[in-house]
Amino acid sequence: MNILAQAKHALPVKDPDFSNALNGFGKDVDNFGAPLDTSKRTILYVEGITVSFDGFRALNNLNLYVDEGELRCIIGPNGAGKTTMMDVITGKTKPDAGTVYFGQQINLLELSEHQIARGGIGRKFQKPTIFEALTVYENLELATASNKAVWWTLTKSLNGEQKFRIDEVLVQIGLKELRYKNAGALSHGQKQWLEIGMLLMQSPRVLLVDEPVAGMTGEETEKTAELLLSLAGKHSVIVVEHDMKFVRSIARKVTVLHQGSVLTEGTMDQVQNDPKVIEVYLGE
Amino acid sequence: MLIKRLLLNDRGGAIVLALIALMMIIVPISNLVLPTSSPLHLSTFTVTLLGKFLCYALLALSVDLIWGYCGILSLGQGAFFSLGGYAMGMYLMRQIGARGQYGNPELPDFMVFLNWDHLPWYWLGFDSFGFALLMVVLVPGLLAFVFGWLTFRSRVTGVYFSIITQALTYALMLAFFRNEMGFGGNNGLTDFKDIIGHPISADSTRIALFLCSGAALMIAYIVCRYIVTSRFGRIVISIRDAESRTRFCGYKVESYKLWIFVFSSVLAGIAGALYVPQVGIINPGEFSPLNSIELVVWVATGGRGTLFGAIVGAFTVNYGKTLFTSYSPETWLFALGALFVIVTLVLPKGLVGLFGRVKKSESAHEAIDNENLATPEIGAAKIAEEK
Amino acid sequence: MMTIFISRFLKHFIVASLLICTGVTNSFAQTEEVSATPTDFSGLVLQLATGSLSERAETVKKLAALKDNRSTVIITALEQGNLYFDSITNKVGIKDESGNFSDAITLSAVSSDISNFKKIPVNNSLRNQLRSLLSQLNLSSEDEAIRLSAVKRLLADGLDEDSAVIIEKQSASEKNKTIKSAMTIALALYQLKNTDEKIRIKAVDQLRGSLEPEARSALTETSTTDESEAVRNTAISALKSIENTVTYYRFSESIFFGLSLGSVLLLSAIGLAITFGVMGVINMAHGELMMIGAYTTWVIQQIFPNQIAYSLLIAIPTAFLVAGAVGVVIERGVIRFLYGRPLETLLATFGLSLILQQAARSIFTPLNRAVSLPEWMSGSMVINPVLSITYNRLYILIFGILVFVLLQLILKKTSLGLKVRAVSQNRTMARAVGVRASWVDALTFGLGSGIAGIAGVALSQLTNVGPNLGQAYLIDSFMVVVFGGVGNLWGTLVGAMGLGIINKFLEPYAGAVLAKVLVLVLLILFIQKKPKGMFPQKGRAAAD
Repeated sequence: MNILAQAKHALPVKDPDFSNALNGFGKDVDNFGAPLDTSKRTILYVEGITVSFDGFRALNNLNLYVDEGELRCIIGPNGAGKTTMMDVITGKTKPDAGTVYFGQQINLLELSEHQIARGGIGRKFQKPTIFEALTVYENLELATASNKAVWWTLTKSLNGEQKFRIDEVLVQIGLKELRYKNAGALSHGQKQWLEIGMLLMQSPRVLLVDEPVAGMTGEETEKTAELLLSLAGKHSVIVVEHDMKFVRSIARKVTVLHQGSVLTEGTMDQVQNDPKVIEVYLGE
Repeated sequence: MLIKRLLLNDRGGAIVLALIALMMIIVPISNLVLPTSSPLHLSTFTVTLLGKFLCYALLALSVDLIWGYCGILSLGQGAFFSLGGYAMGMYLMRQIGARGQYGNPELPDFMVFLNWDHLPWYWLGFDSFGFALLMVVLVPGLLAFVFGWLTFRSRVTGVYFSIITQALTYALMLAFFRNEMGFGGNNGLTDFKDIIGHPISADSTRIALFLCSGAALMIAYIVCRYIVTSRFGRIVISIRDAESRTRFCGYKVESYKLWIFVFSSVLAGIAGALYVPQVGIINPGEFSPLNSIELVVWVATGGRGTLFGAIVGAFTVNYGKTLFTSYSPETWLFALGALFVIVTLVLPKGLVGLFGRVKKSESAHEAIDNENLATPEIGAAKIAEEK
Repeated sequence: MMTIFISRFLKHFIVASLLICTGVTNSFAQTEEVSATPTDFSGLVLQLATGSLSERAETVKKLAALKDNRSTVIITALEQGNLYFDSITNKVGIKDESGNFSDAITLSAVSSDISNFKKIPVNNSLRNQLRSLLSQLNLSSEDEAIRLSAVKRLLADGLDEDSAVIIEKQSASEKNKTIKSAMTIALALYQLKNTDEKIRIKAVDQLRGSLEPEARSALTETSTTDESEAVRNTAISALKSIENTVTYYRFSESIFFGLSLGSVLLLSAIGLAITFGVMGVINMAHGELMMIGAYTTWVIQQIFPNQIAYSLLIAIPTAFLVAGAVGVVIERGVIRFLYGRPLETLLATFGLSLILQQAARSIFTPLNRAVSLPEWMSGSMVINPVLSITYNRLYILIFGILVFVLLQLILKKTSLGLKVRAVSQNRTMARAVGVRASWVDALTFGLGSGIAGIAGVALSQLTNVGPNLGQAYLIDSFMVVVFGGVGNLWGTLVGAMGLGIINKFLEPYAGAVLAKVLVLVLLILFIQKKPKGMFPQKGRAAAD
């Protein structure tokens, strides 16, 4: 069940104020001002985003629309702004200009990271970031969609349904046997899967996956491709990847970023034959 | 049983708690029951010293909770300790009544000396023990709440946080040195006579205070243990190891940091409140940044991120300090300084790490600090990876 | 134009010029009628010694009226109680500082027996008269400094009828503007007591804008007690304009004190900013490196006790080298093992600071040592009665800015600077292109420490040198770094000066201690808006 469906009342979410600090202690179901409205099929609207660092424009009037249930691959040369784009969507970086809407009504730029995460946008980092001091199970437990308020986490453990969900995901990411192992002891590929598993535990509507197969063996890559394909449909998945072979194996629609804006969009074949893309990748 | 479950995977903690319990049985007997001539008799001085150590251990516990588990290095923990101490001191001061040098039934001596004619409003209510106890918890807690809310909210982390907490305790020290503040200025609060009707220097009162300190420490340990083994505890560890990942898991990191900081400051306040009647004085010197940073080294020496390590560290370092300062006071600072360097360089897991009994899941120190400071190095490394 | 003078020099001038005074005092002859019997110089001097106390005043006046430059010397001696009389030999003698006597008439040393010399007594009223007489004499001196000080003295004591006439006359021929304006004020003060309302109003108008404390107090009195309302009102408006000017100068003074404190903060924070900004290292022993610099200054001064000015110049590079060397040792011995663990570095360096402090206590004793100021750094520059600037603070301000500029040059123009910046921006990349990061680290730390040493030299000129010297500045320096951000050195400059000025502006209202507390509160509120300081490190490198 989606956490958004539990939305009961609207909170003023812009710049959490003092009373919110108190709120965070007890009931802390931060939610969006309105239920997610995807009536136009598009779930994510990124429009006119510009981000600059010290005069360098990491994103330059970027426009991107992602449909519900879509699997989108984003490619582009170094410095094209792929990671910065994810930072903007997840609330880590505030853009200088532009808007980001989740569904028709929710303005993501007004929200902080944890609110965006709770609302249904999960992110996997480029470098696997899991909690190495905790076990695999505890990692998933942490990520579980549940009441994440302080008092709640202090007094309540997860309910049966949530524990069942953890087991499900453990099977899905193939780490059931290693559930009590310290996450720090996992192999690189296993860490990547665990992180994807943590995303799944958040029951997100949109998954942002940054270079999921970097450093993986061929076999691991195949497994990851399967995993991501199985997620599409239920979730919208955005994959940033360098590995063209991998992209080809999963991609339906590909967006090419270059110098902070969209160069072209289309199927893998269309994109690969686009002279602009060829110039960007080979011409320099 | 809850306590059994909490100590199940915590052998070190169980041993330390057992030792404290044992001490709480032996010390009163040897002090009150055994005759002074007996070689096993403990002087009241030693009882007070041990009581002091128990308070220090409680203080160290509060530091370990936020530093060892949440990666927040507060260099101002002594401020909360002192505030708790002052709250208790104000109660004790009011208890003196007309027995002061100037014989004023209401005003403490120093106020008479300053020609004040009535109690400042913030002294009102401190004639009640219950009110004083409430303040012992409330004042440090409230300060920690406001301060923590302001700093965590603006994502002040790592060394920045440490520096600002140090400035906090420094500023408080300067403020409390002022006579106009109404806390006795330079001399602080002292010359206490009795506590809830018992003469403060009587052996039985000392033993009672000692027992209270021991009990407070044990209860605090169990509560801390409960916190770190709960889901909350695991989230806090996650924040320590990867703050931004925790945020992307949907946790409001600021709230977690804030509440564990507040709880820890309350513990420190309680420690201060127990400390003051035993040593018989509280003055602004307790706010000194040196005190706060020294107690961090107790925790580091004992072994952080283990809770019981903090207790071991507090006892070891303070016992060492007592020995040193009685033989040659000059060398103590050399020894303390060297301890700082040695612990950080050679003994990152502290004394308890030396015995290798630390549970694996609690000993991932390596990652503790890395996340907390956007050092150029780390930022740079990230870019390098990206390319 | 402002006339600048140093009080200490002035004193020498007065003494010297009194002795060789060649000024001829024409003006007095006309004001005094010469009637009593002895009229020659030696006769008058003898009468001064033998006559009664009441006669003495008259005699002095006559003496002053003589066109004899020895009169000044005699009157000065009388006023200071240095005029003696030997009733047996009938000799009048002047006692000098070392207790020797010289003959009052010939001014040659008295070699004979001096045991019979008795002090010629003066009472307070006579002393006042003497003082104003002396001022009158000095008013016509050729030396501007003497004239100025004479006017100032008259200004403070108030004019009487006689001196008012003299001043009026003198001011007509006075060419020096400062002296002339002081004379005008003195006259105006005198005229405030005039019975004619118009003259009083004119006098008030002349006092408008004057910063002399006497003018202000006289105007305050006039504004309340004068019988004429017109005079009172003029006085009130004149006072207002004076208050405005005073406020302006007090404001300038606060700014200067703020900048001065800021320069000290700058010196102490700049080294910290380098090690923190470039290496991400919090050096808690920074204050002790400053202490080392200050002790270096003291030691060098002990070695060259007669060359205070030069020893300071030697101390600057020496302190840099000594503190820098200690810094390099700290970096190689401790910090390099702790990179990437800032909290541990903080603890370890704090331990080092305890060791260094205790070492200083063991070597130099816990007593504070006073470092003497070279002559060119002592005293102060008096701009007007409200505003004066002490030279040591002024020079330290200049010195602080010099060090800042020099450091910027080192970072921007030298190969070491290039490498330091490279490592600070991208350690891995810098290493990849062949920069020896560990070597750069050691040098950077040495540089930061060396600057701490220099800061210690500057501090030794402001305060006593003791083992706790650096500690007191450490927290403030950190505040500067937090306030300014670690992005670049400009942040440190603005942070230091900003905090210095804020501190000094809060002090008059809140007191020094509360000002510090308030600054901390302001700082905490400030980081709500700018968590990484005013000049944060920008770009993706800064993202955590």
